[in-house]
Amino acid sequence: MFWRRHQMGKLGSAAKVGFFLATRQIKRASIWTNVLVVCVMVLTFLNLVVVSGILVGLIEGATQAVQKHYIGDVFITPLKEKNYIERSSIIMKTIRSIPGVSAVSGRYISSGNVEAEYKKAKKNSNDKGNEVSTTFVGIDPIDEDAVSGLSRLVIEGEYLNRNDYDRVLVGGMLLKKYLDYDSTTFPALSNINVGDKIRITVNGNVREVFVKGITKSKVDEIDRRIFFVDSQFRGLVGRDDYNLGEISIVTKQGVSPFVVKQALLANHFDDYSSIKAGNEAEPKFIQDLRNTFSMLGTAISSIGLIVAAITIFIVIFINAVTRRKFIGILKGIGIRPVTIEWAYIFQAFFYATAGTIIGLVIVFGILKPYFDANPINFPFSDGILVATASGTLIRIAVLFLATLIAGYIPVKIITRQNTLDAILNR
Amino acid sequence: MIEAKKIVKKFKSGSSEITVLKGVDFFVKDGEFISIIGRSGSGKSTLMYQLSLLDRPTSGSIEIGGKSADMLSDKERTIFRLFELGYVFQDYALIPELNAIENVMIPLLEQGINKFDAKKISAKVLDRVELSDKYNNLPNQLSGGEQQRVSIARAMGHRPKILFADEPTANLDNDTSLSILKTFKELHADGQTIIMVTHEPEYVQYTDRVVTLFDGEIVRNEKN
Repeated sequence: MFWRRHQMGKLGSAAKVGFFLATRQIKRASIWTNVLVVCVMVLTFLNLVVVSGILVGLIEGATQAVQKHYIGDVFITPLKEKNYIERSSIIMKTIRSIPGVSAVSGRYISSGNVEAEYKKAKKNSNDKGNEVSTTFVGIDPIDEDAVSGLSRLVIEGEYLNRNDYDRVLVGGMLLKKYLDYDSTTFPALSNINVGDKIRITVNGNVREVFVKGITKSKVDEIDRRIFFVDSQFRGLVGRDDYNLGEISIVTKQGVSPFVVKQALLANHFDDYSSIKAGNEAEPKFIQDLRNTFSMLGTAISSIGLIVAAITIFIVIFINAVTRRKFIGILKGIGIRPVTIEWAYIFQAFFYATAGTIIGLVIVFGILKPYFDANPINFPFSDGILVATASGTLIRIAVLFLATLIAGYIPVKIITRQNTLDAILNR
Repeated sequence: MIEAKKIVKKFKSGSSEITVLKGVDFFVKDGEFISIIGRSGSGKSTLMYQLSLLDRPTSGSIEIGGKSADMLSDKERTIFRLFELGYVFQDYALIPELNAIENVMIPLLEQGINKFDAKKISAKVLDRVELSDKYNNLPNQLSGGEQQRVSIARAMGHRPKILFADEPTANLDNDTSLSILKTFKELHADGQTIIMVTHEPEYVQYTDRVVTLFDGEIVRNEKN
């Protein structure tokens, strides 16, 4: 009779009955148990997404700052063997005619020395005085401001205007008072304030200029430069060919930098210069740093994931052990182990889902907007939280996998035990 | 019908071995209501666990409905219990997160009966044990007698061929115990085969046959 019924009839879906059991176990479990487990899941999710997101964001902040204040969306530099970009005037004219370009700034560049307190007598022949080597940059203040927002980086004094004569902006890293550390690699001038006179030497030409303003950003390339108005700079370095050292371009919103780059390549300007879209122009050390921090973030997240998996294992294991008698009773009245296992898998799935949803709300509803508006003030970058959709999805998948495995193993251990021993708690 | 032959059950206790059942032969006809009595430690519960396939004997054979249970795997035993056997445990053994009707529904759902029908059948069985107003009560909201009646309803809901009851009145007061026995009597009147373990001699009068165990052996087997 039994065999005929069993073979002819069909058993209920283990998953369906498991779901029935799981929903009731969750609904009627202690609220604090549920809150605790969901909190663990939320923290795990945050650990997975936020820790690596901040680490990558630290570099992303630096990258964005470099792009925003220095290289722009498209960056043009001289060919390797050249000191300047040939045919700069034609290139600039062409750039200005490209519809997708929002702003462009040409920079004249030359290196030289700058001295402060140069009227003080040197103590001896070894005394190098208050002097550093640096890069001098000639800019059109309005064009440059449109591209890099340089005026917003002035923390003392004022920004340049086109009519300024013998006035310069000095990068903060050239001044001891703004250099956060003592370094022989980066010597800096002391006792310099806005309005002070400094002496510069470029291409053998010497001139005394006043410090009109001091810039401070988290981009070394900006903070170790001295900015002149371009018309004066050309005179100072003896340049009358208008050939530039750098061209930085900002594209209009929605226009890909590659469109502008392509337009320039179509004019064969790559014969005279190196043309790179923003990301391509990133310094290699930033790319290396980004990869390093990404690996670091993944490593930390992996440890967090293992800790979380163990936590879930312990929570589900304790839950299953304390319910061992009832698992035995279920088996005793004919509920298959697979049904009971499904019940616990659904519970683990519920906890992972709840933790993920709350985690997503916290990350994308609170943390990301907050850090975008208030970047973390790291010494070398304004750190943001990087949480991409694809990266987050991968982490969610990993979290679910770990949770389901960590939820399944303990209940499997319990359901494999002898039914009667479980019922009698022995 | 159950036919058990030469059932031996031994337990290990440290380095020694205890023989709880010493070659018991046992026979139950369809529709019988049998009580197994004996002192504490006589082996009555152990015998019931073997007969109800919750445990495996050390030696001996058990046939239920003409089919040997000896070679059944654990999974087959579980499915056998689901379709053919019902259990009433001493401590009710209800699932605490499931209310009365859900406790009764669970074996039915596992059998593949849809939720709607399972609920209908469960309600009917609960009505029969006079719990029509307690469908949605959780076990901790029920008295001991009510919990035991839910346990009986769960054991009966899927219409098992044999109902096992392990000291079903042990935790109940006299009036409640009598009401539970009355329920068993009614089920028996409908043709249900029942095997009940009890340590209270006054309740054996409700059964057709009394099997007395002493020190792991059947010492008396007589009709009422």
